[in-house]
Amino acid sequence: MSDPLVNGKKTTTELEKVVIRFAGDSGDGMQLTGSQFSFTSALWGNDLATFPDFPAEIRAPQGTVEGVSGFQVQIGKIDIYTPGDQADVLVAMNPAALKSNLQFARKGGNVIVDLDAFVDRNIEKAGFVTNPLEDGTLADYNVVEAPISSLTKTALEGLQLDNKSIMRSKNMFALGMMYWLFDRSLKETEKYIDSKFKKTPALAEGNKRALNAGFHYAETIEALPSMYKIPPASIEKGVYRHISGNTATAWGLMAAAERIGKKLFLGSYPITPASDILHELSRHKNLGVITMQAEDEIAAVCSAIGASYAGQLGVTTSSGPGIALKGEAIGLAVMAEIPLVVVDVQRGGPSTGLPTKTEQADINIAVFGRNSESPAVVLAASTPANCFEFAYMAAKIAMEHMTPVILLTDGYLANGSEPWKFPKTADMPPINLAEAKKSNGVYYPYERDAEKLARGWAVPGTPGFEHRIGGLEKQEKTGNVSYDPTNHEKMVRTRAEKVERVANYIPDLEVQGNGDGKLLVVGWGGTFGGLRTAVTELQHANKKVDFVHFNYINPLPKNTKAIFERYSKIVVCELNMGQFASLLRSKFPGMNILSYSKIQGQPFLVTELKEVFIEHLKD
Amino acid sequence: MEALADIPKAYTKKDFESDQLVRWCPGCGDYSILSAMTNALPQLGIPRENFVFVSGIGCAARFPYYMNTYGFHTIHGRGPAVATGVKLANPKLSVWEVQGDGDALAIGGNHFIHALRRNIDINILLFNNEIYGLTKGQYSPTSPTGLVTKSTPYGSVERPFHAAELVIGAQGTFFARTIDTNPKLMTEIFVHAAKHVGTSLVEVLQNCVIFNDDAHAEVTAKQNRDDFQLHVKHGQPLLFGKDNKKGIRLNGLKLEAVTIGEHGITENDILVHNAHEEDPTLHLMLARLEPPHFPMALGVIREVRAKTYDEAIAEERKQITENAKYHSVDDLLMSGETWEIK
Repeated sequence: MSDPLVNGKKTTTELEKVVIRFAGDSGDGMQLTGSQFSFTSALWGNDLATFPDFPAEIRAPQGTVEGVSGFQVQIGKIDIYTPGDQADVLVAMNPAALKSNLQFARKGGNVIVDLDAFVDRNIEKAGFVTNPLEDGTLADYNVVEAPISSLTKTALEGLQLDNKSIMRSKNMFALGMMYWLFDRSLKETEKYIDSKFKKTPALAEGNKRALNAGFHYAETIEALPSMYKIPPASIEKGVYRHISGNTATAWGLMAAAERIGKKLFLGSYPITPASDILHELSRHKNLGVITMQAEDEIAAVCSAIGASYAGQLGVTTSSGPGIALKGEAIGLAVMAEIPLVVVDVQRGGPSTGLPTKTEQADINIAVFGRNSESPAVVLAASTPANCFEFAYMAAKIAMEHMTPVILLTDGYLANGSEPWKFPKTADMPPINLAEAKKSNGVYYPYERDAEKLARGWAVPGTPGFEHRIGGLEKQEKTGNVSYDPTNHEKMVRTRAEKVERVANYIPDLEVQGNGDGKLLVVGWGGTFGGLRTAVTELQHANKKVDFVHFNYINPLPKNTKAIFERYSKIVVCELNMGQFASLLRSKFPGMNILSYSKIQGQPFLVTELKEVFIEHLKD
Repeated sequence: MEALADIPKAYTKKDFESDQLVRWCPGCGDYSILSAMTNALPQLGIPRENFVFVSGIGCAARFPYYMNTYGFHTIHGRGPAVATGVKLANPKLSVWEVQGDGDALAIGGNHFIHALRRNIDINILLFNNEIYGLTKGQYSPTSPTGLVTKSTPYGSVERPFHAAELVIGAQGTFFARTIDTNPKLMTEIFVHAAKHVGTSLVEVLQNCVIFNDDAHAEVTAKQNRDDFQLHVKHGQPLLFGKDNKKGIRLNGLKLEAVTIGEHGITENDILVHNAHEEDPTLHLMLARLEPPHFPMALGVIREVRAKTYDEAIAEERKQITENAKYHSVDDLLMSGETWEIK
């Protein structure tokens, strides 16, 4: 993007896309500011993607770098798949926000600061030695020093509000400035404020005044000489809504349970960044959802297993540390062959790691992380919105194939949001249960469907199907306890084969590109947006690079090998040390499978990916 | 699938015995518990298909395999969590959960107390033999201090748990104690526990003939029965001893074993058992009595009614459903802020 702000003339500049980052103290309401900006832009018709970046601590000490909360959004008239690499506009509400977020601002871009917050005490607290507004730190940026706090105070004079409430409205002042800068209407945010502060009219009035004051201030000052126009994107017709990955996951699970007429039972223990799925499902008990906040991660998965055994859809949600605790119980579901959905919202690890930062390093624990031969189906969602689809598919596969299914999402998908043209639930694929049947009047718990190898799901309360199952090895067909050596080998192989055969029921991989590329870029899960954008931009520049993205990790889509064989070089990009690359190498030995990995708790940048791919295309 | 029978048929003990070979050690107390259970279930008027037996790991945990009902042998210590899921998924089921002392009070201690705290309407049987049997003889959380086992060759230095203290501490609504040598009492108590609405905890003092033989002999041995068994019944005085000549009275803040006729003590001085008292203080004191200074209380020590977890969840759902403004996932998808691109 060009930089009309620095040329001193009032112009209107049209842009294809722009990245805005709001940063402030975690009490400053930056998440709200960002989501309001996103929502207004979506109504305007832009495509967009958002990424909140907040600290693990709820309220770290005010004014410190640790306490800074950020929200990045990219809006465009073109298809947007990521929240953007670097911010064209950074709004920093205090020195700490500037200190920790300047790295995300594009050199030559615009930095808007609350001048009132740049007092000695705050500057020192943020770890600056001298005032960054004066010492040349911002020489490469167009800086707008706006006295946001004091102007908000002035705007709210006469209202019966205490100083704290007044200061909490300053995020609306900043938002008002952004609305002017990007030629947006204040209407939707005003509506939102009215409904949020229905019971406290003074607060509603205060927030609206701050919003309007920011808008008019931006219009007036010389420092903002231009408005940007981001025309509406050419988006597929239909009804849209905003959705975050965690909400989409919750709703997808609910859609599957509703479709098959079962209750959705969630056993869950609070853990970042998965808790919002528990919160969301807890709101919808009128739709047959039962949520139990269990005493620990193990009780969470075990109660879900109990619910599935009793004939409902059992689900547990967690993140890495919780998944580690659930391992034995997931093995029980493998052995007992009952449906179970395990959602792993991945975060940085190991151990407690980086709770609020994203990572993709749980593919090994999902595929292999149980004792002995313990196969489970593993899926991975790749956008915030398609968490709905893959949560639904996880439930469908679990119930049709009588197996635990692990759905991998991540902190980036979970908290990121995007506009979503949502389906009607009737358009989702049907779910055909593995029903229990009798042979010659007898029910055998481990008698299997010939195609899927799924055993029948006989539910307590059904007369004539009383049976015992458990974690001990089963005799084939009867399900009785068996220590027979050859039976054990047969059962181990059967359980593996049952999971392998899920491949017969999942879609083929689709290659983005001409298929004649020299380089195949491979991704999986939440890195889709960055990879797709990078590859698309290179393809537009006539580079011979193709792209496949995996949502089905175990088993792999059946055409994987055929696609890989067409390329002399395959580079697997993931936010870990190369776990998926290792898995693929073991499945397809002899192929030239390379790995590009990043382990910084942050998503890939499009620019870095393009550089990597161009480098690979050189030799 | 076949239709649910409307009227439960009259079952016999045999209807509840599975075709599996029972594999406990000869002389194990578990046999008599199993037999008491198959005696108790036909008395309940519950269709067989509505019974579910859940267990964790250990000798006791093999129990579900031997019952001709629905059964789920799960993983170590986690039985109460699985059973909670079963009950919430289908509250009509009569859910039984079988644990040993290691399963319930060591590896599964957390689930044990939380099941009781939530008061989910399940029945938990705690087979307490004060030893690890299946792993071949290590001390358990209920083993007395000083017990010599394979893992405590110089005697255990730990202090034991008393199940009743955990039950009361977790606000349990039903606690009963019985012994594996008294099939009649066991059957009675199992029926009583099944009828209690809420988490019923039945501690069975069970003998491990191999690794901790006669651990409960002080209470269970024939010659000790009169003096060391206090059979408690709601509304009845706490009498024991030959010809019921001994009793328990409250002296200050302590229970005291007294003999009627001595020191001017009459039957009027003896405490009358009130299992339905909400305040658990006396229940706890009763449950803690033990030889050599006191008899051990057997029978239903505490039985109070409180809202169960499953009832609370059902009530909540009913209320939320009545006030709900949306009735399907499609409604939900359309709720809140949506916009149309034309």
